[in-house]
Amino acid sequence: MKDTKRWIRVVRCEDIPLREGRSVKVGHREIAIFNLGDRFLAVDNRCPHKGGPLADGIVCGSTVVCPLHAWKFSLETGAGVNAASSSSSIETFATSVDDGIVSVEIPVSQAEPHGPQLQSSAHFCDMLAVLADSP
Amino acid sequence: MEKLVVVGNGMAGVACVEQILKYEKKFDITIFGDETHVNYNRILLSSVLAGEKSLDDIVLNGLDWYQKNNIDLRLGVRIVDIDSSAKTITGNDGSVTHFDKLLLATGSVPVIPSIEDVKKEGVFVFRNLDDTRSLLERCRPGLKAVVIGGGLLGLEAARGLQVQGCDVTVVHLMDTLMERQLDNTGGGYVAAKMNELGVTVLLGLSTTAILGNGHVEGVQFKGGRSIPADLVVVAAGIRPNVSLGVAAGLEVKRGIVVNDYMETSHPDIFAVGECVQHNGVCYGLVAPLIEQGKVLAATITGNKGPKYEGSVQAAKLKIMGVDVFSAGEIADKVDGSEVIRYEDPSLGVYKKLTLKAGKLAGVILVGDASDSHRYMDWLRSGTDLRSMRKHLLFPAASEDVGLDVAMMSDNETICGCMGVTKGTIIEAIHDKGINTLSQLKECTRASTGCGSCTSLCQQILKAVAPEFEEETRKTLCKCVPFSEDNLREIVRSQKLKSVQEVLEIYGNGIGCEVCKPALSYMLDMLWCGDHDEDRSARFINDRVHANIQKDGTFSVVPRMRGGVTSPAELRRIADVAEKYNVPMVKVTGSQRIDLLGVKKSDLPKIWADLGMPSGQAYTKGVRMVKTCVGTDFCRFGTQDSTSAGIELERRLENLFTPHKLKMAAVGCPRNCAEATVKDIGLIGNEGSWQVVVGGAAGKNVRKADLLVTVETTEEAIRAAELFFQYYRENANYLERTYDFVERFGIEKIRKETVYAPDDKKQSLRDRLRKSKERSQDAWLERETPRHPSQFVQIKSLEDVLV
Repeated sequence: MKDTKRWIRVVRCEDIPLREGRSVKVGHREIAIFNLGDRFLAVDNRCPHKGGPLADGIVCGSTVVCPLHAWKFSLETGAGVNAASSSSSIETFATSVDDGIVSVEIPVSQAEPHGPQLQSSAHFCDMLAVLADSP
Repeated sequence: MEKLVVVGNGMAGVACVEQILKYEKKFDITIFGDETHVNYNRILLSSVLAGEKSLDDIVLNGLDWYQKNNIDLRLGVRIVDIDSSAKTITGNDGSVTHFDKLLLATGSVPVIPSIEDVKKEGVFVFRNLDDTRSLLERCRPGLKAVVIGGGLLGLEAARGLQVQGCDVTVVHLMDTLMERQLDNTGGGYVAAKMNELGVTVLLGLSTTAILGNGHVEGVQFKGGRSIPADLVVVAAGIRPNVSLGVAAGLEVKRGIVVNDYMETSHPDIFAVGECVQHNGVCYGLVAPLIEQGKVLAATITGNKGPKYEGSVQAAKLKIMGVDVFSAGEIADKVDGSEVIRYEDPSLGVYKKLTLKAGKLAGVILVGDASDSHRYMDWLRSGTDLRSMRKHLLFPAASEDVGLDVAMMSDNETICGCMGVTKGTIIEAIHDKGINTLSQLKECTRASTGCGSCTSLCQQILKAVAPEFEEETRKTLCKCVPFSEDNLREIVRSQKLKSVQEVLEIYGNGIGCEVCKPALSYMLDMLWCGDHDEDRSARFINDRVHANIQKDGTFSVVPRMRGGVTSPAELRRIADVAEKYNVPMVKVTGSQRIDLLGVKKSDLPKIWADLGMPSGQAYTKGVRMVKTCVGTDFCRFGTQDSTSAGIELERRLENLFTPHKLKMAAVGCPRNCAEATVKDIGLIGNEGSWQVVVGGAAGKNVRKADLLVTVETTEEAIRAAELFFQYYRENANYLERTYDFVERFGIEKIRKETVYAPDDKKQSLRDRLRKSKERSQDAWLERETPRHPSQFVQIKSLEDVLV
């Protein structure tokens, strides 16, 4: 199961204003979704530098600038594109838009850190709450 | 005294007269100009069309110059005939004027190709100021403009029209753009750049007819294809204007023939500029005209000796963002020559050097013309380059910024247009006490032509002038390569109301984290809040009205005017802190209370519970007015600084400024609220207030300058308001008042604020009032968010485990 990916419907297009990003909680993680006008792109919401919320960054073309220390990343490839960020990168996710809904393709092993499919939804949510509280 | 008559009031004629005036006075001078304008810089007309410069900016000699030099200026008179034996000229107004010496500087005229219906209404040429004006009047956003001719002038006209919002196509007869200055590869790079800017380029097309019923509707090409057009500019080249030379019976070939002393075949008639032909060559660029003028001035004043020996032809495309430079040989196959090339298609950089016998014979630079000066000097001086082979394209890096200047010899030309050497500049710096670029321009004329030597002039000033003052005209950023002064003019004159509009027309269409917030500020300030606010161009703090912290949470600072609060407010703050588990509550240095570690989604609820306005502690805007207890409680207080501070804060709050703006009001010179290190401070004395500005106690510590001393509190606040608005309108983005005050000088600021004429003060106040009326407490967006998801933490529509 570890390497399988799944398409997940995450957010309505109208929830993300033009040239802005929003973080969307998917399972235990936050995905930053950006509205570039002609398409939506998705990346991990955490800046690899100091964990800044990339969804709050200024969008420049198809790049985003982290609001904390201005590390800049390509939303298409995830590559760091300015001097500060050049040797790091962020995870990107494939996106598709259908019927006004943005879907992203997420590796299941990450969406479900504790693997097996058997847990109940409620149990899973409790676990997430615990995870969220830990530093 | 002899009578010198000059026909032609353009750059060449007047520059020559300027040289003549440097000799002992021996002429009564009359200048005829067929345009109705004083001498202006013709090569900057494209910048006027592009809205980068105003008509006033390009005047080279104002009316006062003519008066001061006793020159009889006859504008709007076209000379139609010359009688060289009677020594008279006839104007189109019937006037007959006698001359002892005649100087022809009639320039050139546009070549109009034989195109059917080329005189149709809506077809323009682009040669003089009136043409430029008509084009500016005609062009409108969305109009389809076709420029016939893909040379220097055509491309500059195309960019100008495009900047004005037209949908522009350049049609060129040849297979490559600028074929007189560039090889095919270079032309290809320029075409790509033009396309990137949004100008369509069509090559290898011969225009046969202008279509349309009465006015232009389209352009037809050989073969029958046609494209629609609302306006057409013909820029198919120029030819020397020689008709008067012919009328006078002078030897005329392509141009009026002159020898090395600039004499024509008639002993009392001389010619200079684009209308002449020297040694088989006609020049169409500025630098040669200036060189010719110097020689002619010597000859005509009886100091014959200096010879004109021809010029190296060099050309520079004046389009912001499209660097093109070309000089000397451009052809690939010149006998015995070798070619050195560098290309980077992604960057759009192309460089080609042609060497002959170890010397530079030609250079083409596209995309990066920063080294043009070096190459021009090698061309002019014929420097032997064999020992520098490794560094021809890329000079060895030097750390010492003064080194470039130190390496130049005194007779090296700095300003190619006006022919000013390094030695002349240094002499002027020492003899005339020059410290700024504008003084240098006025005194030596250096950098008044195409302006490409400006940075070099700056460097020399920096290295040599004892009290060098930088006139900062830095561009905003790479995305919008204009200075902020310039951009403010552009935004105002072109009535641009959104960041995206500015980026698309004047920039790369994308922008970055530097220019977007700067432009957001500029639009808000210039239109007094009546602009198209685009939150995507704002930093996150200005989208959610709170200060982002290192962990992505936010801090909340409610407004507490003058640092005065109440038990009820404090109680609400305490309740909020507990209710939302605020990790830290802190008293700030600004006499306010900060709630740190708040989640974005809690912000609107917290604001509602607090019931206090935003303290703007997160933005480049009005922060607060810190106060002491003044006369209310303090036994030393001489003024009611608390009320004054609260009133000042009330009048300026909710407004954006170029950088954060902190104020203070103190009731006596003991200065307990530190007014002397604030951006604006009111310092109370017995019976008066001092208003001080430009103080700082952050990264820099600076004591504020005294702006003015006034009697009443209202006067003090009004003086502060004037400075406040003046700073808003003139500072660059992210320029604190302490840098601004130093850059502008407090004397100038006083003259333009508190000592300004009443109407000027009033208009500053009017704009401030208008901005204030349109501003509001940002935290009211808790009721009416700009966007439904502005403060919301979105959860995925689909549960992962479904």
